[in-house]
Amino acid sequence: MKVDLEQVEEAARELYLRALKQLPPDVKQGLDRLAAGESDPGAKRVLGTLVRNIAVAEERASLLCQDTGIPIYNVRIGRGVELDGWGLKEAIRRGCARSTREHPFRSSVVHPTTRANAQDSTGRGVPVISVDFVNERDSLEIEMIPKGSGSENNSWLKMAIPADGVDAIRTFVVDCVLEAGGKTCPPTIVGVGVGGTADLCLHLAKEAATRPLGTRCEDPEGATLEQALTRAVNMLGVGPQGLGGDSTAFAVHVETAATHITMNPVAVNMQCHSARRARATFRPGGIEYGF
Amino acid sequence: MHYEWSAPVAENDVRGLRVNDTVTLTGTLYGIRDATQIHMFDRGRRTRFDLAGHAVIHTAPSVKRVAADAAHPAGYAPICVGTTTSERMERFTVPLMRQYGVRLVIGKGGLREESLKAFQELGGAYLAVVGGAAALETTWVEAIEDVDLDDLNPESLWKFRVKGFGPLAVAMDSHGGSLYVQVRANAALQRERALASLGVKSY
Repeated sequence: MKVDLEQVEEAARELYLRALKQLPPDVKQGLDRLAAGESDPGAKRVLGTLVRNIAVAEERASLLCQDTGIPIYNVRIGRGVELDGWGLKEAIRRGCARSTREHPFRSSVVHPTTRANAQDSTGRGVPVISVDFVNERDSLEIEMIPKGSGSENNSWLKMAIPADGVDAIRTFVVDCVLEAGGKTCPPTIVGVGVGGTADLCLHLAKEAATRPLGTRCEDPEGATLEQALTRAVNMLGVGPQGLGGDSTAFAVHVETAATHITMNPVAVNMQCHSARRARATFRPGGIEYGF
Repeated sequence: MHYEWSAPVAENDVRGLRVNDTVTLTGTLYGIRDATQIHMFDRGRRTRFDLAGHAVIHTAPSVKRVAADAAHPAGYAPICVGTTTSERMERFTVPLMRQYGVRLVIGKGGLREESLKAFQELGGAYLAVVGGAAALETTWVEAIEDVDLDDLNPESLWKFRVKGFGPLAVAMDSHGGSLYVQVRANAALQRERALASLGVKSY
């Protein structure tokens, strides 16, 4: 399957807008589930406001949240796909910039020291483009995630030691949720990376935080941790917006990787309640949009 | 108690607010952000706006440039006006209140001890808006009336005209009350229970 780069540019433009305006069904269901189980009246009101906000955004085709985020594009390439890889990255960059200028919406991206804003959501190394290869035939998937800064500013890495065991991981996650309080716009998806190198560990945490609700870690060890940690962090009473309540996190998601005999790294990256993502799948028959 | 207010507001009225009261604003609301305040308080720039008795919201909106007319006096239409995490701007609460006379700070996630003290000493309060509910919040904004320090766009100093902006929860008051302090203290107590549920012994 050959991929037309003009279509990739168009998809990159379209995906950013879709992600900013429409929440995936798993997140909407997650909010309904939390609202149904919430015992604190104030927290129930906040969750009700979030549900109303989603309806207003859909009715008016407006942005869900003011934070247009750092744009992330995850590309997954099947085995029968022929394409110009460099060209693909350029096309995504162009689509991302056009989306920002043509809608228009706020460019949230600045140079890290001069703070200069190109006003098109791009800059050195941004959009973040991650490329991976998948064991499928004629399929190219592009996932777009506008990663908000309220949650991204609450990211942590701890290079624990083997002698501290899994308890170091458990304690760290609970303490990160405690420290984040209301700053991450809870209820959140708490992404936890376990193992790997320092950078891989943080990347795993980001993958975990942006995974659809209802999915489980493929590693049974990770899946067991997810369940126990989800219960534990929801005992803290941080609640929606950090104003108190039962609904602190939709879920804790864990991703794991092998690590060094001397290492025991754990990372936390969070996704806010506006857990936005959009997906385009290129197949020989055409492009399909979803979440 | 619920209050329907139009800024500027008097010190006595703000001192009447208690945690868990609610306020809805109509009229003028100023939008302010990290860069706005870095330039105002670290780099010596001043705004031509009179902020005395007013409310500021921690925001950097999405806007669209349009021809200036009665509905768009500043040549901007609001696309999305939401709220950002307040805590990064903690150290600017005191100069905002002392130098400019600001009475109400609106944001999400709360402010810290220094702001709580300033609210007590100078007469102010922090109002919590639901973060991430910007589609809804934008429907409360009638117009962008004016803008200053616009070279910092989108972190300009925005003058919004709002209608029915709220209800906003009083989360920090001038009597030392703070919902965030309460929730943090309770969460610290619950930590032991959470760790015990995980079978963690030695921490």
